[in-house]
Amino acid sequence: MAGSLDFTPDDRCNAFITTCREAPFSDGALAGVAVAVKDNISTAGIQTTCGSRILEGYIPPYDAHVVELLRKEGAAIVGKTNMDEFGMGTTTETSAFGPTRNPADPSRVPGGSSGGSAAAVAAGLVPMALGTDTGGSIRCPAAFCGIVGLKPTYGRVSRYGLIAYANSLEQIGPMARTVEDVSRLMSAIARYDPRDSTMLDKPYDHRPSADIAGLRVGVPEEYFGEGVDPRVAETVRNAIGVLEDLGATTVPVSIPGMRYALAAYYVICTSEASSNLARFDGVRYGPAVDTRKSWHEAYQDLRLELFGPEVRRRIMLGTFALSAGYAGRYYAKAQVARRNIRQDFERAFREVDIIAGPTMPTVAFRLGEKTDPLSMYLSDILTVPANLAGIPAISVPCGRVDGLPVGLQLMGREFEDERVVDAAYAYEQGVKA
Amino acid sequence: MKTIVGLEIHVQLATATKLFCGCSTDYRDDEPNTHCCPVCLGLPGALPRMNRKAVEYGLRVAKALDMKVPEESEFARKNYFYPDLPKAYQITQYDKPLAVEGTVEIEDDEGHEKIVRITRVHLEEDPGRLVHVAGAAKYSLVDYNRSGIPLLEIVTEPDMRSPQEARRFLNKLRTILEYLGVFDGDREGSLRVDANISLEGSQRVEVKNISSYKGVEKALTFEVTRQKNLLRRGQKVTRETRHFMEGRGITTSARGKEEEHDYRYFPEPDLRPLRVAGWVAEIDLPELPVARKNRFTAQYGISLNHARTLTGDLKLADFYEEVAHVDPALAATWVADTLLGELNYRDMSIAAVPADRFMELLALLRADTITDKAGVQVLREMLDACAAGSPCEKPADIVKREGLGKAAGDEFSGIVEKVVAANPQAVEDYRAGKKGALNFIVGQVMKETRGRADPRELGRIVSECIDTSGV
Repeated sequence: MAGSLDFTPDDRCNAFITTCREAPFSDGALAGVAVAVKDNISTAGIQTTCGSRILEGYIPPYDAHVVELLRKEGAAIVGKTNMDEFGMGTTTETSAFGPTRNPADPSRVPGGSSGGSAAAVAAGLVPMALGTDTGGSIRCPAAFCGIVGLKPTYGRVSRYGLIAYANSLEQIGPMARTVEDVSRLMSAIARYDPRDSTMLDKPYDHRPSADIAGLRVGVPEEYFGEGVDPRVAETVRNAIGVLEDLGATTVPVSIPGMRYALAAYYVICTSEASSNLARFDGVRYGPAVDTRKSWHEAYQDLRLELFGPEVRRRIMLGTFALSAGYAGRYYAKAQVARRNIRQDFERAFREVDIIAGPTMPTVAFRLGEKTDPLSMYLSDILTVPANLAGIPAISVPCGRVDGLPVGLQLMGREFEDERVVDAAYAYEQGVKA
Repeated sequence: MKTIVGLEIHVQLATATKLFCGCSTDYRDDEPNTHCCPVCLGLPGALPRMNRKAVEYGLRVAKALDMKVPEESEFARKNYFYPDLPKAYQITQYDKPLAVEGTVEIEDDEGHEKIVRITRVHLEEDPGRLVHVAGAAKYSLVDYNRSGIPLLEIVTEPDMRSPQEARRFLNKLRTILEYLGVFDGDREGSLRVDANISLEGSQRVEVKNISSYKGVEKALTFEVTRQKNLLRRGQKVTRETRHFMEGRGITTSARGKEEEHDYRYFPEPDLRPLRVAGWVAEIDLPELPVARKNRFTAQYGISLNHARTLTGDLKLADFYEEVAHVDPALAATWVADTLLGELNYRDMSIAAVPADRFMELLALLRADTITDKAGVQVLREMLDACAAGSPCEKPADIVKREGLGKAAGDEFSGIVEKVVAANPQAVEDYRAGKKGALNFIVGQVMKETRGRADPRELGRIVSECIDTSGV
């Protein structure tokens, strides 16, 4: 039943940067299913920009491992979705191709940085999409747009072909309207790839089960603290109540290292980004360099002109954090904080199977509302810890505040993605019933 | 004033594929940018994957140099911008190298054995190569065939005391690397050296990217003179990086300290740390130069000097062992002295000499069919043919064609009689007891016979002739 999809979406929320009018597909578990792919995942023959002008017109000569797998399973790659430039942002407003709007309320942002993928799914343009999550970039837009998004365990999905922003933190993951579809997409992409040395050979092959009787759910006080909108907190507490009704027991836990999570995260991700983005110098991709100048000056001009302000800010921060004389004070300290958070989670997971809390401290912002970068960084506080610890985390819709979606975040032990999916599935089915 | 030299040597490991991908490393004679994939081009999204063979080669060197291999070593990113560096960082090892603390034994300037300490060895990838277009072009081209070639960097302690010692160290190191089978010395740029040199109590200067052994000695000799002259004039040696200009044999200032790079090293997130200390026990080292030298003297009964020369180059040693079947003692002299001399004169490699033909030559010499002198002549003809790329004629055929066969004594009696008759004064002197006079006559006969006669036999015939002629 191989064939081709005619994909001409009514893309009112600017979810796509590139669409494929004729999307071929083959036989397989996802035969003929339209899947949108975030624009930082390499697709052979399809423009891949990372939401940046510096990669405008770049057509990768190869497929990312996850894209190879999707094609093998019969999925039709219908387009590349909008995103914060190089994944840097929480609103999809830093994209060089204009912001994406939230289908739930077009005056609001969809969240970031996988805002295009979330919006494409929420608007019903595609049933499934791939996003990437470095500090919450799948879970945040899933929560803001009212869909399901899973950040897998670090090392469970190959990063080969993912244009790196912060290698040690980011993972490719599935986004869809239902937990079942998220699980289906996850089954397709979580397959061993020897080209990614940080990967473990633990394929995901799972049908979600709603039976969570006896599940111990940890509720960390830090996830309901200062900065969390009380109405969001209440909505999430109610959702946790649903889990209890389904047979789970709740246990208070604590992640004291949370205090340093954001600081550690921003030092590590900007450090890695400063190194990863250095290759965009106009020699191999991007517009031609002015050859009348010395190569140093040419690089400088091009990078100043073609990187947006948020990307430049983070490159400078990372460059500074790694510089001689500062690396010990910042980078090394951040790694210590990261280890502490990892240990906090390990300790908590000796008591409980799942940790639950809000995905985002608030509902979706208005477009243009967040102008101060620091206040935007603060909104990542609840998602970042899972990336620092490398553990799986899912966001599932759990109600509304002011008519806007709220996400319940469920985190699990390393390589227990299945358990996280089951808990989300149980909640989803429990609410429906 | 004591001279202090330390070296950093970049060795191209002779693996079949690149350090982090499956691209072939043998790009000689191929078009630019034909041995490239997303990984070695540093395309967005590509990830490095460790080449197991390169790690094994590195460990082989570590074991041969008697080094310690830590439980865990780690890769790091060295960040800098340069148009030939596709990722804008080089993956290398920084504070956790593959192996530390080794030794290499060399001869010092007085001919005594001395130890040069090895600080560390680590693995890293080569960048690409810039090709500057001839003429006034305002651009350069980049060739990424070399991008990702595995390099082993070997760093010594500042234990060498002269440019000559540095060169001897490099020769020794190269021989060890060749014996280990991890290195192809014939490949262009397969060994590149950064040399640190200072005069005691003065600042250190680094001479970068020297690509030949002779170059290292030359650059260092130049630096010793330059730095001594500076100090003699009361000036200071500034700490700096210098380039060696091979053609002119001088070094020039490359950049001052104020321009020094900040490489912003940090652990490479895309590669797991290496835990390979356990592999070392399973590595079987081949026979190394010192062991082979000792075996040569014991097994073939040849002199220590000959053994040292023959084992100083892996291919030469292999060649010797192949041709030694004919006659080890004869082969040692003919390979170590005669053949090596002829090769050096022609700047030819031992690899160009067909062993079977050389064995035939040795057999002719051993059977006394030709004289040593004729043998040299035959050898030269053979080498000339090889150098010209023509097939190498059988030595016996050359002997026949050129009439170089050793003649029987009576073949010369006519000539001897003629020469004796033509030199009455010499005959007189000989009879008067002057030994030199006989040699003179023999020499004259040799000249007439174009070296085909055995000088010793000829001496007998000449003296017989004089004794019986009664002239």
